[in-house]
Amino acid sequence: MRRVRLVPCLLAAGLVFLWAPVLLLVGFAFSADRIPFQWGGFSLRWFTTLAANERLIEAAWLSLRVAAGAATLATLIGGVAGFALARWGAFRGRALFGALIGATLVLPEVVTGLAMLLLFVTLEAAIGWPAGRGALTVLLAHATLGAAYVAVVVQARLAGNERMLEEAAMDLGAGPAAAFRTITLPLMAPALAAGWLLAFTLSFDDLVIASFVSGPAGTTLPVLVFSALRLGLTPEINALGAIILALAALCVGLAVLLMRARWLEGGGEGG
Amino acid sequence: MRRWLVLFPAWVWLLGFVAAPTVILLGIALGSSAEGVPPFRWPIGPGFAWQGGFGNFATLFEDEFYRDSLWRAVRLAASTAALTLLLGFPMAFAIARARSGWRAPLLALVLLPFWTGFLLRMGAFIGLLRDQGLVNAALIGLGFIQEPLQLLYTEGAMLAGMVHAYLPFAVLPLYATLSRLDPMLEQAAADLGAGPVAAFLTVTLPLALPGVVAAFLLVFIPAAGEFVIPELLGPSDALPVGRVLWQEFFQNRDWPMAAALAIALLALLIVPIRLFQRTS
Repeated sequence: MRRVRLVPCLLAAGLVFLWAPVLLLVGFAFSADRIPFQWGGFSLRWFTTLAANERLIEAAWLSLRVAAGAATLATLIGGVAGFALARWGAFRGRALFGALIGATLVLPEVVTGLAMLLLFVTLEAAIGWPAGRGALTVLLAHATLGAAYVAVVVQARLAGNERMLEEAAMDLGAGPAAAFRTITLPLMAPALAAGWLLAFTLSFDDLVIASFVSGPAGTTLPVLVFSALRLGLTPEINALGAIILALAALCVGLAVLLMRARWLEGGGEGG
Repeated sequence: MRRWLVLFPAWVWLLGFVAAPTVILLGIALGSSAEGVPPFRWPIGPGFAWQGGFGNFATLFEDEFYRDSLWRAVRLAASTAALTLLLGFPMAFAIARARSGWRAPLLALVLLPFWTGFLLRMGAFIGLLRDQGLVNAALIGLGFIQEPLQLLYTEGAMLAGMVHAYLPFAVLPLYATLSRLDPMLEQAAADLGAGPVAAFLTVTLPLALPGVVAAFLLVFIPAAGEFVIPELLGPSDALPVGRVLWQEFFQNRDWPMAAALAIALLALLIVPIRLFQRTS
């Protein structure tokens, strides 16, 4: 009997631990006080200061563009890779192909960041591309990471659906291309959307890899926030947190609408 | 043949951006640092003359500072994974046993903070834990203490941040395993005379073991290379390998040493990674 009550209490405690910092951050974003996390009456002044901070707006805009580009590239590459892994059985080089995707998922960020930077430096010395480091190198590095995640999400989604549907379509006279377009692609679509969002988030939130591969010209939002946090917390950061949380809630709401509750249940198995 | 064509871009991408960087990383770890841009010498010089060596790795094993950083990373990752499991297991268990309509929303509540900006959440921890922070203010206000406690820049703050950041990674695999267990098994154990604790230890826990191992590794592997949380919340002498690698690269500009540290970290993680790939 006691365990039955203890376990939900621990769940509640865990959720409070997860949410308290987030909710306090948002709440104190509306405080007028100059000292962050100190209540000085309701005010929107930090949102106005934020809107006037040009460096921050510039970094946010760069982050958004890099994340959108990286997520799109990742969805293209990862979508094909995940489809091949789920549907093509033992194609030549499959073990290596899968291992390279798996390695991308488990490498620590500092290792990926350093290795990527060394690649870009070597490439520039050898063929002159990519010239210097900035938005492009961050985008390429993030797309690589994102593609591995998209591949896994797509593979998990297709593994759940037997290929009978495609075979049925072909039995009914559809060519392989038509079967792919009318059956497989719609089956993959939710996974592609989820993968795009995941890749976008990974890119938008990444500090470590971006710090390694971006030059002075590639200051993304996390790079800027990190240097600000090192100097000390400001109420502007709280305001920024409130805005990002609102945007994230909007995106997740959209994703849930797309995937419906069923995906959340299956997401546990898909990892 | 057509399949080859379809996969060709993905192959080029994976070989170019995953395999090649790893090989280059190893190569530069065998090289030496030098003045100039970029600040290193390849192990193979002009005319294919070998000028590399294992000097960086020798330093890494001889110098206590580097050896300690690897050991600290293992300790940090292991304690993070253990604490995350301790909190994450009951959470996943409660969600798995909740009424079916509650499961998806509860799971979403665990995962949502993942989407709210990792650095901003760490900023919130700074705001809560520093000397004039909310926690100290509350403790003083309630009369428990007179002077603020040093909470920020301690091992405790670092671990709290780590558990906060990695908790969703543990809850997901644990939930996946626990939701597949039949509650009737515990009932059967209870009918046969086992108390709740005995039923949990002899039935539920052994059956959930694959999920527990997966969750531990899923936290341990990325936590071993963590840089940001020790840097922002930990004491200045808490230097796990991620932070030392960062210093070597950004402050000392010793790229070959940073590469050697990365290779050492990989070598350290190869067993957990292989284990993880076998369990999942």
